[in-house]
Amino acid sequence: MSTAYKTVTDIAGPLMMVEGIEGVTYDELCEIELTDGTKRLGKVLDARSDLAVVQLFEEAKGATTEGTKVRFLGRTFEIGVSEDILGRIFSGGGKPIDGGPEIVPEKKLDINGAPINPYSREYPDDFIQTGISTIDVLNTLVRGQKLPLFSGAGLPHNQIAAQLARQMRVLTPEEVEKGEMIDGNRQSTVDNRQETSDQGPGTSDEKFAVIFAAMGVTYEEAQFFQNELEKTGALSRAVLFINTADNPVVERIATPRLALTVAEYLAYEKDYHVTVLLTDLTNYCEALREVSAARKEVPGRRGYPGYLYTDLATMYERAGRVRGKAGSITQIPILSMPEDDITHPIPDLTGYITEGQIYIDRGLHQKGIYPPIIPMGSLSRLKAKAQGEGKTRGDHSGMDAQLTASYARGVEIRELAVILGESSLNDTDKAFLKFADRFENEFIRQGATENRSIYESLNIGWDLLSEIPREELKRVKDEYIEKYLPKK
Amino acid sequence: MSQPTIVKVVGPLVVAKGMKHAKMYEVVKVSKEKLVGEVIELHGDEGSIQVYEETSGIGPGEPVELTGATLSVELGPGLLEQFYDGIQRPLKLIEEVANSQYITRGIDVPGLDRERKWDFNPVKEAGDEVSEGDILGTVQETTLIEHKVMVPPGVNGTVKEIQSGSFTIEDTIAVIDVEEPETKNQKPVNITMLQRWPIRNPRPTKSKLLPSEPLSTGMRVLDTLFPIARGGAGAIPGPFGAGKTVTQQSLAKFSDAQVIVYIGCGERGNEMTEVLKEFPELKDPNTGEPLMKRTVLIANTSNMPVAAREASVYTGITIAEYYRDMGYDVALMADSTSRWAEAMREMSGRLQEMPGEEGYPAYLGSRTAGFYERTGACQCLGTDGRKGSLTAIGAVSPPGGDFSEPVTQNTLRVTKVFWALDAKLTYKRHFPSINWLQSYSLYTNALDPYYAKEVADDFSKNRIRAAEILQQESKLEEIVRLVGTDALSPKEQLTLETAKMIREDFLFQNAFDPVDAYTSIKKQYRMMRAILTFMDCALQIIDQEDFDFSRVQKLDVKSDITKCSFLPEEGMEAEFDKIEDKIRTQMAGLKDSSAEVSKKEEVVAV
Repeated sequence: MSTAYKTVTDIAGPLMMVEGIEGVTYDELCEIELTDGTKRLGKVLDARSDLAVVQLFEEAKGATTEGTKVRFLGRTFEIGVSEDILGRIFSGGGKPIDGGPEIVPEKKLDINGAPINPYSREYPDDFIQTGISTIDVLNTLVRGQKLPLFSGAGLPHNQIAAQLARQMRVLTPEEVEKGEMIDGNRQSTVDNRQETSDQGPGTSDEKFAVIFAAMGVTYEEAQFFQNELEKTGALSRAVLFINTADNPVVERIATPRLALTVAEYLAYEKDYHVTVLLTDLTNYCEALREVSAARKEVPGRRGYPGYLYTDLATMYERAGRVRGKAGSITQIPILSMPEDDITHPIPDLTGYITEGQIYIDRGLHQKGIYPPIIPMGSLSRLKAKAQGEGKTRGDHSGMDAQLTASYARGVEIRELAVILGESSLNDTDKAFLKFADRFENEFIRQGATENRSIYESLNIGWDLLSEIPREELKRVKDEYIEKYLPKK
Repeated sequence: MSQPTIVKVVGPLVVAKGMKHAKMYEVVKVSKEKLVGEVIELHGDEGSIQVYEETSGIGPGEPVELTGATLSVELGPGLLEQFYDGIQRPLKLIEEVANSQYITRGIDVPGLDRERKWDFNPVKEAGDEVSEGDILGTVQETTLIEHKVMVPPGVNGTVKEIQSGSFTIEDTIAVIDVEEPETKNQKPVNITMLQRWPIRNPRPTKSKLLPSEPLSTGMRVLDTLFPIARGGAGAIPGPFGAGKTVTQQSLAKFSDAQVIVYIGCGERGNEMTEVLKEFPELKDPNTGEPLMKRTVLIANTSNMPVAAREASVYTGITIAEYYRDMGYDVALMADSTSRWAEAMREMSGRLQEMPGEEGYPAYLGSRTAGFYERTGACQCLGTDGRKGSLTAIGAVSPPGGDFSEPVTQNTLRVTKVFWALDAKLTYKRHFPSINWLQSYSLYTNALDPYYAKEVADDFSKNRIRAAEILQQESKLEEIVRLVGTDALSPKEQLTLETAKMIREDFLFQNAFDPVDAYTSIKKQYRMMRAILTFMDCALQIIDQEDFDFSRVQKLDVKSDITKCSFLPEEGMEAEFDKIEDKIRTQMAGLKDSSAEVSKKEEVVAV
C-alpha cells in the first residue's frame, strides 16, 4: 500500500494541492479519502518535487484540508476491458450503473490512449449508407470517419443521431452491382427498408458495436438514446457511458476517453466496426474551461484554454482504420453551437479537426422539414473516394456537385425574388427556384424512420434535375444525363 | 558535474535543476525513458525543457541527460520518399520498433538509413581546390533526383583523397585538407555523405536573387490570375472546409518544382495517409515518374505531441534548403502554420510568458517572418555558380475564418501572394474556392517579362482585363440585386455574361478529373483568349439598336468554350483556332441576321 498523504493545503474548485509528497508523476491517478470515508478519484496536473496539483474527477464537496487523505496510485487512469463489456452501462467515470457486476478485465488500458502512427493508418473509403439522402448523396459518410453534427438548442440532433445509429450499414457488392444497373426512367426497384433494422451497421459476417458517451446531457436525452438502442435490440452490442447534467462536471473530462478506449479495444483487438456517438461536446469543453480557470491559466478565445485544439484532437483523432486490422472506429460527435454561431471556438476548432460536419439548420427546421440538414455548410471530406463506380454509382459525385450548386443558386434566386418579385425572373431563374422548393420537400425531407437506399436517393436527384434546363447541368457528365435523366 | 534532475512536470514542459552547463536549444534526454526534449529557457541553475513526447508517468527526481548538440536534422541521400515525424524520425521505423499502430515513447530511430549503400560518383579529383558548397560527387537518389554531395559549409581546402563506388552514408568518401587559420597547418577533414544541420539556423547561400520565373501549378486561377514566383512565399488562409488542404495537395502534385517537402503540421492523420497512398501512384505531369520520388513528407498530426509540432516546420524547411543548395527548385507546403503558431502559444503559456495578442507570444511576428525569410531564389554556395530556389506556401487556419487574427496578419506581412479561400464558393461547389476579388499576387510585374517571352505578348494584358471584368461583375451584381437584369444595357449584360464564362469555364477546375486537374500555362492562355475573343466579337454587334442580347447567350459555340477545359494538351492549339473561328462565324451570323431584321422592319415602316 502506498503512502497516504494528509498534507492537502488548498482546495479550489476541482483542484487540490498536496504538499511534501515524493515520487509523484505527471498524469498519475490518485485516490482521495475524505474524513467521512468516501473516496474520490483525481489526477496529477502539475508534479513538482514537493508539491502536486491534483484535479478531482468529482466534486470537492465535503473535502477538508485537514484529515483528507491522498494516495497516489502509481498508474494513470485506466479502464478494464473485455468483450463482456458489450451491453453494459457505466457512469461517466467508468463505474457500472446497470446493477451488473464489475467487468473482469482481460486487460487494463490507459484512457488517454496513444497517438496512432499516421503511417499505420488505412485510408477510409468504404461507403456507409445511412438512409438519409442529404448525407448519403451530398455528404457521404465513410467507415472510419469522424463526422460531427453541428446543431443548436431545440434542434432534432438526437433524433438524427439515433436514426444514424439505427440505419448505418455497408452495402454488399451484390447490392452495388444491382444498383448500378438501374437507370433513371425505371422507378427504383431496390428497397432495403425491411432488411436494415435487424441487421445494423455492417454486412452479416462483420461484428459491430455502438458506443455512446453522454456528457452533461439531461436524463431525458440519455434515456432517449438508451430506449432507442433497446427498441432495435442493439443494446446488447452497445456500451453506454452516462454522465448526466447533475453528475460531477469534471467527470466529463474522462467520459469520452473511456468510451474511445473501449472503442479502440473492440475495433483494433476484437475486429469490431464501432460507431461512437459523443454528446454533447459543448458540455465537455465547458468542463475543460472550468478546470483551466481554476488553474488560473492564460485563457484563449472566450475563456477556453489555449490547448483546446490539441485536447479535442486527441479525442477526434482516435477515429479511423488501421492497416492490417479488420475493425474500424466511426465517430459521430454532437455539439450544440451557442447561439447557432459556427465561429464559436468549439465548432470552429472541431471543424478544423474532424473530416467535415453535418450542419443542422434552424431555418429548415422552422419550415417543418426533417431532417433539417442543409447542404451549405455541411461537408464530408472523405466522400470523394467513397462515391462512384464500385462504391455506389458512377453518377454519384457529379450528382452531388450539381444538386448542391443548383440548390445554392436556387436559394440565391429566392432571395432575389423577395426583393424584385417573382415576375421579374427569367425562365432559367424560375426553373432554379422551382428546383430549390422541390429539393427541400422531396430530397431533404424524409421520415424519421424512412431508410432510403442510395439508389433511391440518386434517382430522386435525377427527377429533380429534370426541372433545370439541360445546358445548365454542367457538373454531371453527358453520359450519365443520357442514362439517368428522365425523358420528358 | 552533477546530473540534472527533474523538479517539475506540467504537460510538455519539464523543469530541471542542475542545468548550469546546458545550452539554449540543446537537445536533452528526459527521464529514464529518454524522451527527446529541447532546452528553451534557463534561469540560473534551472532550465525549462519542451519535451517532444508524452510526459505522463514522468515525475520529479528523474534524471535529465545533456547531449551537447542542438536539435538537428540528418542530411544525405535517402531523404526523398521518406515519411517523417516532426523531429525526423521515420514513421515506418517507429511502427517497426513499437510493433504497434500507436506511437509509443522513447523510440530512438535514425533519420537516415545507416545500412543502405549508395553509388557515389566523384566529380572532383585528388588535388582539386574546393570551397564550401562545391559538389564533390553525385548519387542517384531516386529516378528523378540526382543527389549532390557537397562540401559542408565552413570547409575550404584541397581534396586529399576521394573515393568512387558503393558506400553507406557514414563511410568517408573524401578527405579534404583544410588550412588552419592560426597555425597554417594542414588538417585533414573526413567527408561523409551524412551531414547534420541545426534546424533553427538557415543554411547559408552566396547571395539572394530576385524571383523572375513563375512556379507553374497547373491551376488556372493561380497561374493566370495570381501567380507565385520560384523562390516566393505565399499564404492560403481560409476557414475550415474551404479547401486549404485540397489546394495544398494539388500544389504538391502539380507544381513544377523538382523537390517537394510537404509538412502536415497539427492536421488530420487521414490526410497524411491519403498523400502517402496517392503519391506513389500519381505520375508527375512533367516527368511521368511517381510523385513520391521527389517528395519528402513530414507529419505531426494534431494528436501527436504539441512541442514536436513547433519543430516540424523547421525540420521541413531545413531539408528543403538542403536540396535548394544542390541547385534544385524546391517547393515547401506547410499545412497548417496556424497549428505551429498555436504550439508556440501553448509552450509560451506554460512558461508563463507575458502574452501578446490573443494569447500568442510577442515573438510570433518575428518567428513567422524568420521562417518565410528562409525562402527565396539564390545563388548557391560553391564556385560553379548554380542557382536554386525555395518556394514556401503556408496554409493558415484563422479561427472563425476571420482574417484579422494575429497569425493571418503576421503571415500577410511577409508573404507576397495571398490566396484567399472562400467558404461561400465551396457551398456553390466552385473549386478551387479561391476568391478572385480578395486574392492578390505581388509578383505579376516581376513575372511579366517571362510571360511575354515564353507564352504570348498579350498574356499580361489579358490577365488585367479578366480581373477587371470580374471586378465589374461584382459591382453590376449589386445593381441587379436592386433592379433586376432587365435594367442593364447590352454592354453590361455582356460583361456579366463574360464574367460568368470566366468563372464557370476558366476558374472552375475539377481536381479529380485527369485532364482538367492540370492545365499548362499555354493552354490557360488560349482558354482565356477564347473567352475574350467571344467578348470582343460580341462587342462589335451589340451596340446595334434593339439588339436582343439573349441571342448572344444562345450561341452554341458557348458549349465549345465550356468543354475547353477537357481538351487534351496535345494538339490543343489547332482546336482553339477552330473554336475562335467558330466564334467569329457565329457572331458574324448574328450581325447579318440582325441587319436583315432591321432591313425588314425598315421595309415595313416604309
